[in-house]
Amino acid sequence: MNAETLYLQLKKFQESKGYHFNEDKDMVMALLESLLINKDRYGYMACPCRLASGNYEMDKDMLCPCVYREPDIAEFGACFCGLYVSQDWNEGKIPHETVPERRPPELVMAALGIS
Amino acid sequence: MAPSIKVYALSTCIHCKKAKEFLTGQDLEYDCVYVDRLSGDERNDTMREVRKLNPKMSFPIILIGDAVIVGFQKDDILTALGAV
Repeated sequence: MNAETLYLQLKKFQESKGYHFNEDKDMVMALLESLLINKDRYGYMACPCRLASGNYEMDKDMLCPCVYREPDIAEFGACFCGLYVSQDWNEGKIPHETVPERRPPELVMAALGIS
Repeated sequence: MAPSIKVYALSTCIHCKKAKEFLTGQDLEYDCVYVDRLSGDERNDTMREVRKLNPKMSFPIILIGDAVIVGFQKDDILTALGAV
């Protein structure tokens, strides 16, 4: 699969659920390329803006779309990566703030086996 | 003298990419560690360093002199550059 095919597939499905790709298509395509890199590397599309461990069970919360997307879009209008945003965000009706990391560091450590 | 700049990044992370492009656009040289390209003890030791610098363990982390900048924050980068 290439990034353009992934774009078309995800766009249709995610928009039906009320999630939109960032209007910056270059950024979106770069992120989709990164998702495909992660799929090759790990066997699943781990969030490209976070360090995946390679352990699927431990990385489940950060498979794209990650479990943090919904609260991040509710609070900031964009997910941590900025791949998915709300319509209001795309239309400039809400400020484009940096979205802070919501994934607990304890999960990062546990997934990597760091004590 | 040019400031010493170090970046902890992921090769797939868009904010890391934008931050690096910004530094390059400012004609700044920097050392970059792509943590996702490390493995085993090297990766985990680096993540322990990352945790000390940024308890949230997110990327990018940009070190400019004594400043630790988490995320791609243009203003903070420029402020840190002015201070070194």
